[in-house]
Amino acid sequence: MTTKDSLNFAQAQPPKSGLSAAFTLLLGDRFALVSLIYLVLLVTAATIGPELLGDAGTKINLRMRNVPTMTMENGFLYLLGGDSLGRPILPMLLVGARTTLMIAVSVVIFSMLIGTTLGVVAGYYERLLGAFIMRAADVIMSFPSLLLAVIVLYVLEPAAANVVIVLAITRLPIYIRVARAEVLEIRERLFVESARASGASNIRIMVLHILPVVVPTIFTVATLDFAGVMLSESGLSFLGIGVQPPDVTWGLMVAMGRNFLTTAWWLAFWPGLAILLTALATNLLSNWLRLAMDPMLRWRLEDTDAVEERRDV
Amino acid sequence: MLEFIGRRTLHSIIALTTLIVLVFFLGRLTGDPALLYLPENATKKTIEDFRERNGFNDPILVQFGRYVEGAAHLDFGKSYRRNQPAMQVVVEALPWTLKLAAVTVVLAMLVAMTVGPLAAYRPASIFDRIASVLSLAAASTPDFWVAIIGILVIAVQFGWLPTSGVGGPAYWVLPIFVLMLKITGTTTQVVRGSMISTLASPYIKAARAKGMQEERIVFIHALRNSVIAAVTVAGDQTRGIVNGAVIVETVFGWPGIGKTMIDAITQRDFAVIQAAVLVTAVIILALNIVIDILYALLDPRIRLN
Repeated sequence: MTTKDSLNFAQAQPPKSGLSAAFTLLLGDRFALVSLIYLVLLVTAATIGPELLGDAGTKINLRMRNVPTMTMENGFLYLLGGDSLGRPILPMLLVGARTTLMIAVSVVIFSMLIGTTLGVVAGYYERLLGAFIMRAADVIMSFPSLLLAVIVLYVLEPAAANVVIVLAITRLPIYIRVARAEVLEIRERLFVESARASGASNIRIMVLHILPVVVPTIFTVATLDFAGVMLSESGLSFLGIGVQPPDVTWGLMVAMGRNFLTTAWWLAFWPGLAILLTALATNLLSNWLRLAMDPMLRWRLEDTDAVEERRDV
Repeated sequence: MLEFIGRRTLHSIIALTTLIVLVFFLGRLTGDPALLYLPENATKKTIEDFRERNGFNDPILVQFGRYVEGAAHLDFGKSYRRNQPAMQVVVEALPWTLKLAAVTVVLAMLVAMTVGPLAAYRPASIFDRIASVLSLAAASTPDFWVAIIGILVIAVQFGWLPTSGVGGPAYWVLPIFVLMLKITGTTTQVVRGSMISTLASPYIKAARAKGMQEERIVFIHALRNSVIAAVTVAGDQTRGIVNGAVIVETVFGWPGIGKTMIDAITQRDFAVIQAAVLVTAVIILALNIVIDILYALLDPRIRLN
């Protein structure tokens, strides 16, 4: 951007608060806006939908087995068809959305908190403790997540909470590596040195001085990881070693629909599409967020002409 | 270089040893194989014989000792299912997965290295918008879903390709397509992002000022700087394929290591699980070292220490 432009910008508009500036940027990016609207609607529907519809999504009705999709003749609930036990697919998707999203959110939060803590410690105490943590991360990375899933499934109860444990463990190394890499660089900076010189304890330096610098990067990784976690959970449930019936998740719905693929394709189609759309929306939004949060990259969003100018100057 | 490889190998051996120990004890937690192999009406005597024959009656530490001794010779005992040495079962499955992974990664890198720079060349152009959304969609697609819908539409409805199994080139198309989606999508995204920054940097302006051809600037000068980012992502994804082409292999009946592993897990075929875990772990750890060496070769600023 040229100096002239930035001057104009400063004169034309009063300085905005961070939030409203972000909102203006969001309006400029149609994909991000649509994604946000979709996600808000989905979360709302997943929260209040099952309450409004009662047990419609889980009630078995054998007369409605595999009724066709995209027709209103069986009533609104059966708009997307019925499954092999005659449960209407549309409300089932909402029940599934709840489990799917709750698992993904919990996994991201747990792995982010634990992974970041371990990573910061590994970077700060690089020698013995750090080496130990990094080797543990290597072990986790080369341990097959499927075997872990089966072990947890057999040793503990097959419950959604245990799928969270499995996925959170397999996601730890990402946060450990990113946080450690950041800390290795940050701890050499002057402000850390001056904190140490003024007698701050190690814990104080890690929590108050280093952590705030690491958090934005970790936050970006977490938003990017969300879709991946959702896909992993669906994959595990599809293979039969994730969430177990009678719980419903989208991956499980695809797995159950697989047996009826040639006779009733809609059983597997709709839940798979729901996974795709939700993963796409979170990815689009997190991409946008990454650009909007980073002052070094924000110019890519502000004005498409600016991109051209940057290139041509 | 040699010192680096030596040190990393040592680290890998520590990780492998931990893994071997973990797999043994954790694997034993997943249930009694005798109850799974034998028919439900098996007599007490049959069960007892089975346990005795396979050494499940010995104290766990004796079993562990036998296991470690065998593992040192790469001998994990016989597969209970197939009456073959477990290592042989795994070694036979391995090439199938490696070939699948290699073809997928090469094709994905080719696509990403072409589409990414072209999209980055004119950010926010029509081509860029389409490429960005498509690559994000590819990265967000559940592979098992594309796999079964692909089988339904292309193999069952139109009959263009076989539904599953192995054989001529036609059998490779659907599995490779499904595996390619995620790796191509993520790598394209990364190459594009990195290229946008690179193309705005001073050395590109200098190249332009010298009157260099645009194709040369984009695909030789700028792309070189984005290769590192691409290698990181592609490496992560390759690790994912080696570790977990399970879904694609199961859906398409591909006799690779992923399918072997999931079958062994569901059948409690401990010998095969242990051999498969060791072999995949060795490959993944070796891959990590190769990727780090690649960094140093691609970027002279990176030193191996």
